[in-house]
Amino acid sequence: MPADPAVETAGLHKRYGDVHALRGIDLRVDTGSVFGLLGPNGAGKTTAVRILTTLLQPDEGTAHVAGLDVVRDAKKVRQQIGLAGQYAAVDENLTGFENLQMVGRLYHLGRRVARARARELLADFDLSDAADRLVRTYSGGMRRRLDLAAALVARPPVLFLDEPTTGLDIRSRIGLWDAMEALVAGGTTVLLTTQYLDEADRLADRIAVIDQGLVIAEGTPNELKSQVGGDRLDIHLCDGGRGEEAISALASIASDRPFVEDGSILVPVAQRRGTIADAVRRLDDAGIAIDDISVRTPTLDDVFLNLTGHAAEAEAEEVESR
Amino acid sequence: MTALAYGISDTLVLAKRSLLRIPRQPDLLVGFTVQPILFVLLFVYVFGGAISTPGFDYVDFLMPGIIVQSIVFGGFVTALGLSDDLKKGLMDRFRSLPMTRSALLTGRTLGDVVTNIFQLVVMFTVGLLVGFNFSSAFWEVVGGILMLLLIGYAFSWVFAFIGLAASSPEAANAYGFTILFPVTFVSSAFVPVDSMPSWLQPIAEHNPFTVMVDAARALFLGTPAGNDVWLALLWTFIIIAVFAPLSVWRYRRVVTR
Repeated sequence: MPADPAVETAGLHKRYGDVHALRGIDLRVDTGSVFGLLGPNGAGKTTAVRILTTLLQPDEGTAHVAGLDVVRDAKKVRQQIGLAGQYAAVDENLTGFENLQMVGRLYHLGRRVARARARELLADFDLSDAADRLVRTYSGGMRRRLDLAAALVARPPVLFLDEPTTGLDIRSRIGLWDAMEALVAGGTTVLLTTQYLDEADRLADRIAVIDQGLVIAEGTPNELKSQVGGDRLDIHLCDGGRGEEAISALASIASDRPFVEDGSILVPVAQRRGTIADAVRRLDDAGIAIDDISVRTPTLDDVFLNLTGHAAEAEAEEVESR
Repeated sequence: MTALAYGISDTLVLAKRSLLRIPRQPDLLVGFTVQPILFVLLFVYVFGGAISTPGFDYVDFLMPGIIVQSIVFGGFVTALGLSDDLKKGLMDRFRSLPMTRSALLTGRTLGDVVTNIFQLVVMFTVGLLVGFNFSSAFWEVVGGILMLLLIGYAFSWVFAFIGLAASSPEAANAYGFTILFPVTFVSSAFVPVDSMPSWLQPIAEHNPFTVMVDAARALFLGTPAGNDVWLALLWTFIIIAVFAPLSVWRYRRVVTR
């Protein structure tokens, strides 16, 4: 028997008027693991997090966090969780230090403990130099780091991160990923929502893909990627008429049947390493000239096209209740 | 610690947060100081000469009225602050913490009491400089000041509700200043009610602002109080009794929609 799950939901439903945001969500997040909730805007990710963090009540179904019912034991749940999100919920008119100290006091840490913890987190998140500056002078990346620090003040065993890197530049994203990885190494259970496959891929042990309020796929990142089709060689020939010849030349390195799309030959491959060199050699041996060749990794769009038959961007805006 | 002790501690933490904001947003400070001072100067030196207040110097007539008006709007910081917290997602952070939920409201309204004290000091100082004189007993002045703080506290709850009900800080501003502000003028605050047209007089007469202003005049100028002080206190408690639960209800609804 595995340990009690840190998060478990059964049949969660939530409506806002006519919008059916969640249509029966079942999730199970093992203690000490990182769980990625992947989906486009409007899929219901934020609604699910809001229910799990006691900000919303479900219309139907149950949810437990750290073994506690989020409706009946809401107050106890709040002692076990930290929440950081896409809105960087920090007070702009306080300094970084004051923000963390305030959050510590509201977790009912003692005055001295709250101060010490604030200093410690500012150092951990590389914000010590900016500790006594007003947050409104912070960059976007600094605000997110402070927001994440605020979620960690009470060392909560379960952490909810709602699109923690949305809208950040790549350097800040990587900085946040490093911080999250350090946390996970410390044993914190993390439920992370994201629109980015690479983020879920890098951080999550398991991923649930949700769309229109339903879980449409669940598994490890590798399982999901292979469901989408894995890596592909994308080849443009100088002479488009020799496609069939090229496909037969590459048959032995393909993990699945190659096919032609928009004038490109797409060859599913089992692994990236050496693939391009291998393919170039084979085509060269067959005397077929290459115009362009690259390896494509599945994107969120591929996941969605594959799983739902529609593209991620076509979704309506996420229903917000703020 | 007990739930009550936590509630008090949470309230104080959030009141401090509310107060730290004031010196860091100079435009708020302008609202507290420059604006009421300008109003005093405008009314005393521009309109005052044209307004007849039998039995009073205009400045003595005006000051209790204008002080009631500015203390009523002192709670506006709460409307702006709550509306801002909603817009920026901070409300979600607070609601996900194991703090006493209503502390966000009690903290803000308590913070307003401190800013209102500051505002009273400014207003009385300006009043005394332009010639206002207390003409009542010391304990009446003290009682009047306490009553003003209570009135300010009551209206903080009105503004808490406005801040939670409005869709944005701008909308909160519109509700506060386009609706409540004119209502304070249809009262005895700036002109004697009997100088108004006869159809308007009954409205002004029963306006709670008139009752509060008349009560302040009684306590600061020694005019006959009648029932004004008790009525003013009654109004104040009614406002708190209505708007505090309404705000908490709205706060929970904003939260659990």
